[in-house]
Amino acid sequence: MSNASPDRDGGARERLQRWLPKLVLSPSCVLVLFFVYGFIAWTSYISFSDSGMMPDYTWVGLHQWSRLWTSWTWGIALHNIWVFGLLYIVSCIVLGLILAILLDQRIRAEGVLRTIYLYPMALSFIVTGTAWQWFLNPGLGLEKTMHDLGWQSFSFNWLIDSNMAIYTVVIAAVWQATGFVMAMFLAGLRGIDGEMIKAAQIDGAPAWKIYARIIIPQLRPVFLSAVVVLAHLAIKSFDLIVAMTGGGPGNATAVPATFMYSYAFSRNEMGIAAASAVFMLAVIAALIIPYLYSELREPRS
Amino acid sequence: MHSNHNRALVNRLGFALLPFALALSTNTMAADTSTDNQVEVLNWWTSGSEAKALGALKDGLSDQGIGWKNMPVAGGAGTNAMAVLRSRITSGNPPTAAQVLGYDAQDWAQRDALSSLDEVAKAGNWNEVFPQPLQEFAKYDGHWIGAPFEIHSTNWVWANKSLMDELGIEQPKTWDDFIASMKKAKDAGYIGLAYGGQPWQDSTVFENVVLATGGADFYRKALIDLDPQALDSATMTQAFDHLRELLKYKDDNSPGRDWNLATAMVINGKALYQIMGDWAKGEFLNANLEPGKDFMCFRTPGTQDAVTFNSDLMIMFDTDDAEQQKMQQTMAKIIGSPEFQIAFSQIKGSVPARMDLSADKLDACAQSGYEQVQAAAKNHTLMGSMAHGYAAPASVKNAVFDIISSFVNSDMPSDVAAEQLAAAIQSATS
Repeated sequence: MSNASPDRDGGARERLQRWLPKLVLSPSCVLVLFFVYGFIAWTSYISFSDSGMMPDYTWVGLHQWSRLWTSWTWGIALHNIWVFGLLYIVSCIVLGLILAILLDQRIRAEGVLRTIYLYPMALSFIVTGTAWQWFLNPGLGLEKTMHDLGWQSFSFNWLIDSNMAIYTVVIAAVWQATGFVMAMFLAGLRGIDGEMIKAAQIDGAPAWKIYARIIIPQLRPVFLSAVVVLAHLAIKSFDLIVAMTGGGPGNATAVPATFMYSYAFSRNEMGIAAASAVFMLAVIAALIIPYLYSELREPRS
Repeated sequence: MHSNHNRALVNRLGFALLPFALALSTNTMAADTSTDNQVEVLNWWTSGSEAKALGALKDGLSDQGIGWKNMPVAGGAGTNAMAVLRSRITSGNPPTAAQVLGYDAQDWAQRDALSSLDEVAKAGNWNEVFPQPLQEFAKYDGHWIGAPFEIHSTNWVWANKSLMDELGIEQPKTWDDFIASMKKAKDAGYIGLAYGGQPWQDSTVFENVVLATGGADFYRKALIDLDPQALDSATMTQAFDHLRELLKYKDDNSPGRDWNLATAMVINGKALYQIMGDWAKGEFLNANLEPGKDFMCFRTPGTQDAVTFNSDLMIMFDTDDAEQQKMQQTMAKIIGSPEFQIAFSQIKGSVPARMDLSADKLDACAQSGYEQVQAAAKNHTLMGSMAHGYAAPASVKNAVFDIISSFVNSDMPSDVAAEQLAAAIQSATS
């Protein structure tokens, strides 16, 4: 009796221990399955349906997709996301890397400087957008200040110029994310083996060569992470544009996310909105899945 | 039953779902107590004069012993409110009533979601007193489904009187006079036209220009019947030419400006005119200005014989609860009553939707506006506003916005704009 009891208890505890993680994880698993993957499937279905103001499950094949691709604003939105995404990613990485290298020179007050550069990331895009909108508005901000100071010929009206407005969004977005990219590179720089650099220095290699040949190539994983993080931020970008330009002037700064919102909620065209959402998901998946795949299989090889 | 089930779940999962379950059970409890002799009304009337105007309805209801549960959803000119409404109806928990615009009432009626207001309408003789073009929105399949609050018209010019006097400008009667007077203001260093560069405002000005250029028949053919031949025509090209000419008299800093800031430019004497619906009047009145003395209101030159309108409708949602049904009927009756129509428009700046009232109690602008609406209703020139969703459904309206705003913000040639407009409408209706 006294022998058997601990055994039975131990068996029960073991079983519980085996089941507990599954039990605890299962609700979140079910929720994610339903609310993420379930709704992805639902949205995909809606993109092939005749949905307008409300979901309507009549199958219409590729009708909504062909309307999406012939839409005037969708063309503008795609063009803008290319311009925005490319400039945003490249500028953030270049500026972030330069800042990280400069901060890595064992300077005084590095902590303070790092925090200053990192702070914009703590702001929400709405705040960034509103502040930059004020700053770049010719009647309120930079241009007016310059005029008040006596520089009458100064002109910077990109925000209200439909050909240039998308670049003002790039400026604000780069301002916000550069510090974050800098921090990523800084962490990468700190992880590089100092011995190699010392060896190069002993061989008499100039500093720029050490960076170009030794340090930057070793930062490859950081570049990859930065591109993936920035790319999905770019494709998701919505609040910054809404706060800064409202998609205007006209539709000059429309991007796929504002397009999707406008078609789903103010134009009663749920079908087209769903098609654009699925397209955005596909683009993000094309970026993220290879990245995750390479990240997850690396430890095994 | 519901909460028992939840509790069992909570025990089994070691409290992981506790907050979730609590939220569920409190929600069901709240829903049980909410229908006690009060109406829940979804609306986006949150600004000062709008909320005050809505108060007139609240008072009318409380005289009948009916409580008021306000459900305001601000922002997005009703877009947010409509998103909330959709989710409420999808989840099977509609409010008692909702404020809607244009085609939304028809869309809900098509889905059998609305209560019929035929009894109230018959008793109040609504078929006779409300103008025909408005009935097309408030009736579905011959049945009344919406109670109209008011009529707003969008072809108004608001002018700074002292600036007009200073520059020696008489109230312009023709389009050419109108342009000439703005030129005078511009030459004197003022802004001719206070302009807000947002899509709906671009299109409000555009529909004024179309009406002034082509007349009522052309407006109807192009923007209501959406006739491709009228859309891509020489007259439409000319309308775009006129719009381009008009845009010379706005200032460069207009993109994104809110309509009330543009109105403030007229109030402060920086700008001569603004083309805007009659809700702009509220801004002048709030600044303690008097119509006819401090500011002028007149129909956009060239559009004097016609009125482009929009109107708020109250729709009631279908329910099995007999008490709720009764309250819905009472609410519709109040909205359609002469006293309410006058009181509401006095505060909101509109004119009554009924055509059989005396305008004595309204201000000077609204009095002439009301006469013009009555005349237009008689002459079949009372037409829905494109920019405010009373000419075509939301999908078409926004396709028009796309082209007009692109035209305003670029140097697109007029004939290309007319062609693009026809193409965009074609695509939105396919």
